[in-house]
Amino acid sequence: MSLDTATIRRIASLARIRLEDEEVGRMQAELNGILGWIEQLQAVDTEGVEPMAGGGAVALRMREDVVTDGGIPDQVLANAPDRQGEYFGVPKVVE
Amino acid sequence: MHPTDFTLRGAIEALNEGLVTSVELTEAHLRAIEALNPRINAFTTVTGEQALAQARASDARRKEGIAGPLEGVPLAIKDLFCTAGVRTTAGSRILGNFIPPYESTVSANLLRDGAVFLGKVNMDEFAMGSSNTTSAFGPVENPWSRANDPDTRLVPGGSSGGSAAAVAARLALGATATDTGGSIRQPAAFCGIAGIKPTYGRCSRYGIVAFASSLDQAGPVARTVEDCAILLRSMAGFDPKDSTSADVPVPDFAAACARGVKGLRIGVPQEYRLDGMAPEIEALWQQGLDWLRAEGAETVEISLPHTKYALPTYYIVAPAEASSNLARYDGVRFGLRVAEKGSDLKDLYERTRAAGFGAEVRRRIMIGTYVLSAGYYDAYYLKAQKVRTLIKRDFDAAFAGVDAIVTPATPSAAFGMDEKQDDPVTMYLNDVFTVPANLAGLPGLAVPAGLDGQGLPLGLQVIGRAFDEETVFAVGTAIEKAAGFDALPRLRAGAV
Repeated sequence: MSLDTATIRRIASLARIRLEDEEVGRMQAELNGILGWIEQLQAVDTEGVEPMAGGGAVALRMREDVVTDGGIPDQVLANAPDRQGEYFGVPKVVE
Repeated sequence: MHPTDFTLRGAIEALNEGLVTSVELTEAHLRAIEALNPRINAFTTVTGEQALAQARASDARRKEGIAGPLEGVPLAIKDLFCTAGVRTTAGSRILGNFIPPYESTVSANLLRDGAVFLGKVNMDEFAMGSSNTTSAFGPVENPWSRANDPDTRLVPGGSSGGSAAAVAARLALGATATDTGGSIRQPAAFCGIAGIKPTYGRCSRYGIVAFASSLDQAGPVARTVEDCAILLRSMAGFDPKDSTSADVPVPDFAAACARGVKGLRIGVPQEYRLDGMAPEIEALWQQGLDWLRAEGAETVEISLPHTKYALPTYYIVAPAEASSNLARYDGVRFGLRVAEKGSDLKDLYERTRAAGFGAEVRRRIMIGTYVLSAGYYDAYYLKAQKVRTLIKRDFDAAFAGVDAIVTPATPSAAFGMDEKQDDPVTMYLNDVFTVPANLAGLPGLAVPAGLDGQGLPLGLQVIGRAFDEETVFAVGTAIEKAAGFDALPRLRAGAV
């Protein structure tokens, strides 16, 4: 299966990556190259096989549902590109 | 002896015997960095003053009779590990000015044990690459070069290219690295040093910039297998801050190096004999097996039938996890922000991420977004997760009959900086021997074992059972001893 340019633009939008018109063709060729190579997995019989989700054999553990951190707004905001008081600054989202 | 020529263990002994101070060791390495880094570009940030302050404090502790296992040893830290108050970039423009307010658990463990940090080392952007050419801070040069073609600059491998080049060129006694699909083992092999990706869960991922969370593992690179064992003991350990950190004891890995291989059964997977593989790599592999047999090990042909599906599985699972992990780079909370006058929030996201991420990272986020998107999830992502189970089962079956598996570390020696750059899939094939251990969560060690016809280092890989790094270290040490690898790169401290 081959991705068309409309699909490339849709994926870029979902990924929130701006794609200039002149970049679409190259990205399309590269993704189709990679996906074509990945396609060989369809040849593997995986009937009844459980998917492996994590990287380890150890079961995830539970912890107490308590606050372990907090009260450090200056550290949290120290790298913010736009800080307004104790908040992150963003463009207006509600007119 | 020049202080930059010590092995890590040798430096610890010299420090213990009062033959050298941490300040002297640190100064010698900082001078070497000053001389060679403009060419090699292994360090993205050098923390000279902080390193000297740490060295002075270490010497003072030692005088008081307090010495940690790594007391006074100068190390380099991959720029993927958050270091409190020191810029951490992940090799990306999008994090270019990020200064973490906290320390990663692995680097904190090293500081706890007395290590000195020389600075942060270069890497492929977000650890995505096998050549260190995707870094926003420029490529790293491999300290080795071809005997018959010394002017062609070679890649150090990736993603931990800065870590491996720094250690090979004697700019640090050891370095932290990370490995998602081969990023410790492939650069270690390309640079003629040792490096181990431990079992998934052995080292905490807390404070390491995430790439693919079910595959990422931290580990050391160093000039000997034993040095890796010493570093791993300090780096490893249970950490409640990482939900996948394994609550298992950390053994004395260095002690395991001397165990020998007598009576061990070494698996030789037939599927790792690739069509068109360089004959010298095949020959080195056989040589390695001969060495192990001479030391009393038995070699056994095994089959890992799903090996050929490991790379395509990886290139679904890793980009999928990356597309999710890298969603946090939104130009709002930290890092780069790019907006036009009148940009709305979506435009801010899109401009920031287009400007902040390099081509390979954008490609992988796009692939990951696609394979997770509605209508394609089952065909790609779920399918890959199932094949991953089959790959792990292959290893489970093999390890019922063998104690360790030995393979080549890479399908080639280091290549030129302008080679393999045109087609992403060609670059991905570098990790053909290393990716399966990540998918199965198993420990894998690269050990330098010989030189190719052009005088470039080649490595062998030892894969072990989960949480059995000790056997891996024992087998790696046996190969290292038999190989007697003593070749040196052209670019190194004290040589230019």
